[in-house]
Amino acid sequence: MTRQMTGAKMVVQALKDQGVEVVFGYPGGAVLPIYDEVFQQNDIRHILVRHEQGAIHAAEGYARSTGKPGVVLVTSGPGATNVVTGIVDALMDSIPIVVLSGQVPTFMIGSDAFQEGDTVGITRPCTKMNWLVKETDKLAETIHQAFHVATTGRPGPVLVDIPKDVQFATGTYCEKPKAKTDHYAPRVKGDPEMITKLVELMETAERPVFYTGGGVINSGPGASHLLREFAEATGFPVTSTLMGLGAYPASGKSWLGMLGMHGTYQANWAMHDCDLMINIGARFDDRITGRINAFSPGSKKAHIDIDPSSINKVIHTDVPIIGDVGHVLEDALKIWKSRGRKVNREALARWWKQIEEWKAVDCLAYKPSSGVIRPQHALARLEALTKGMDRYITTEVGQHQMWAAQYLGFEDPNRWMTSGGLGTMGYGLPASVGVQIAHPDALVINVAGEASWLMNMQEMGTAMQYRAPVKQFILNNERLGMVRQWQELLHGERYSSSWSEALPDFVKLAEAFGCKGIRCDNEADLDDAIRDMLAYDGPVIFDCLVEKHENCFPMIPSGNAHNDMILGDAKTQGVIGASGAVLV
Amino acid sequence: MSPLQIKKGSSKHSAYDLRDPNAELIETHTLAVIVDNESGVLARVIGLFSARGYNIDSLTVAEVDHLGHRSRITVVTSGTPQVITQIKAQLERMVIVHEVHDLTVEGPSVQRELALFKVKGRGDARIEALRLAEIFRANVVDSTLESFVFEMTGTPEKVDAFAELMRPLGLIEVARTGVAALARGA
Ligand SMILES: Cc1cc2nc3c(=O)[nH]c(=O)nc-3n(C[C@H](O)[C@H](O)[C@H](O)COP(=O)(O)OP(=O)(O)OC[C@H]3O[C@@H](n4cnc5c(N)ncnc54)[C@H](O)[C@@H]3O)c2cc1C
Ligand SMILES: Cc1ncc(C[n+]2csc(CCOP(=O)(O)OP(=O)(O)O)c2C)c(N)n1
Repeated sequence: MTRQMTGAKMVVQALKDQGVEVVFGYPGGAVLPIYDEVFQQNDIRHILVRHEQGAIHAAEGYARSTGKPGVVLVTSGPGATNVVTGIVDALMDSIPIVVLSGQVPTFMIGSDAFQEGDTVGITRPCTKMNWLVKETDKLAETIHQAFHVATTGRPGPVLVDIPKDVQFATGTYCEKPKAKTDHYAPRVKGDPEMITKLVELMETAERPVFYTGGGVINSGPGASHLLREFAEATGFPVTSTLMGLGAYPASGKSWLGMLGMHGTYQANWAMHDCDLMINIGARFDDRITGRINAFSPGSKKAHIDIDPSSINKVIHTDVPIIGDVGHVLEDALKIWKSRGRKVNREALARWWKQIEEWKAVDCLAYKPSSGVIRPQHALARLEALTKGMDRYITTEVGQHQMWAAQYLGFEDPNRWMTSGGLGTMGYGLPASVGVQIAHPDALVINVAGEASWLMNMQEMGTAMQYRAPVKQFILNNERLGMVRQWQELLHGERYSSSWSEALPDFVKLAEAFGCKGIRCDNEADLDDAIRDMLAYDGPVIFDCLVEKHENCFPMIPSGNAHNDMILGDAKTQGVIGASGAVLV
Repeated sequence: MSPLQIKKGSSKHSAYDLRDPNAELIETHTLAVIVDNESGVLARVIGLFSARGYNIDSLTVAEVDHLGHRSRITVVTSGTPQVITQIKAQLERMVIVHEVHDLTVEGPSVQRELALFKVKGRGDARIEALRLAEIFRANVVDSTLESFVFEMTGTPEKVDAFAELMRPLGLIEVARTGVAALARGA
């Protein structure tokens, strides 16, 4: 039986058939027919944001915390251009997002019509795929394809541009199973020969390390599970990128902490000195490799990635394995077990002894303060007071983001939402709203810097409207801290435009939005203030006034090798000297 | 604290030393890319090349399978071996791309390009142009008392060579289609 319906109705029907429960959006002339249909049903919930950028970051938060695609609905022209930052963000971080945008009627395209913008042209380089649908008969199938592409292989954003006349016209609905999607089917099973080669290397490795990334999270909770099993069974140390935090638990005995520019001493040294690097769903980002020709010079490198273009892009790989993390780990584990669960125990014990020495440097130690709150301390207390809770963390971008990665512990995947690849200030608040919409009863905290937070603060209105009790934990240093840090270290302390002046009174701002505001400027009051925040049943803006000139360490300055690390604490400087590090 | 040392010669896009150790080994490859014949496909493929800084030495595109809705893009590109591998991987992962063939490594191939040359001149130069055209098997497709338009098919090298010879003889305009290529044999 074929079903006839208007394009606008098809949109809603296709979303339902795709299992969509929530859409983040903002109406306008070119999507009014779709909004009319959204109004006349109850299966799909529409969350009205305050700015389209908020919609897409909320959808990203929703997607990352659920593993489901996030859906965005915006109007033509400015509605569509306002989501471009979020589209690039989702592309860089491999987040499945489906954007539906309205467009001027087909017969007006190209005439500089009111609110016309070349949306498919503008978003072509930053989507996995996009479509301009010119016939209602093709609309439903295109939307089904869009979901398929967004969620298959390496996930990413897609966009479907729908002219208004296509929404009004009647056409035949294409049922989901009938939509042609077979042409796009990236391989998920890895080459058994390569996997066996990896297992062989694992059996003899003396200094192995698992270098895990966002791909483990993308692959689903099963992949994290397999990673844990593999790490426990082999006793190999595990480090992760910013994007992969939570895949292996922070409390796990093989955990080294995050690696990279602001990663731990032990993680970076382990990467530098290892003889077998097993990259699982990470992409050798420049925050990880530092200087390419000094990157882990003595190791054999295996790389598991679903996207062939990630392999050998920046770093030469000895054992490339193209496939889905979950599938490949399952096979690798099977092969490793069937070959007798061998590892080089003696060498591993020596390796761990070395790692323990690096750990003893205690690179995340910070000077205790009296009175003034150190940002690291604020996060350490937040961690202590929320441990064990059903907790989701989002962040903005800057020093606070790195401190959050360093001082908060993630026990499970999908609990940590941050803008890694693009580093989009303004991501965290809307993302926290999206996460809270997906998990209404959970504790959702956005760890923010005051400057980033202001970029999308209008979304507090969304949080209020939908009673999303998000906690905005703002580490307020009255500085664009990360920029200030670079200026201090690399630009002769010339602090060009890197302070936050004319800041609003965050407590009054909270009152203006109708939520709770808390200010804390003293270490002695911190715990109680955090408890107040946690106890409040509703959104909170927490203005945590912290030390203004704190720097985020450890740090590998751009272009340096992993063992050229700046540590924060004076007492550790001898250690790097002894290890041959140059830059202190 | 020492300032960030940006190495001389490091890539202009980055403070990192991204130079390929084989940077001098620039290879030229001819790729045949089979794509959906949809609007925007060419923009997508060209956009990939410009966004990632890859070279396009030549590019042709036309529908080759009307029923199957497929076009063939032949692109001649150059880069280090690592860049060529990246280009292929980046092309392959595009949703609209069905197949990518590297004709340069997949065995011998035939490459042809069509070119039109307008040569203006009188007297000896005109006669010499005609004589050379014969040697190169170029056809005269238009003539006036003081000009010829020659048509020639051949490898890009042959087209280049002919253009070189015509230049002193009054070459005033050239139009080239870019390379079309097929693997030899079946
Ligand atoms: C201020 C700032 C500082 C930063 N500092 C650091 C830092 O110190 N350390 C750090 O780690 N990061 C840091 N980052 C983040 C960094 O920029 C990158 O975003 C991050 O390192 C990339 O993580 P990833 O390699 O895990 O790749 P992702 O971007 O998460 O990519 C995932 C990879 O996995 C692949 N993949 C996806 N799905 C699958 C699947 N199912 N199966 C197999 N493979 C799959 C993809 O193809 C891709 O190659 C920082 C960011 C900012 C903004
Ligand atoms: C949209 C955007 N603009 C500019 C930047 C560059 N940038 C990175 S961090 C940063 C400062 C962030 O300040 P704040 O949010 O207060 O966080 P802090 O570093 O102080 O913790 C800036 C400007 C960016 N990442 N994103």
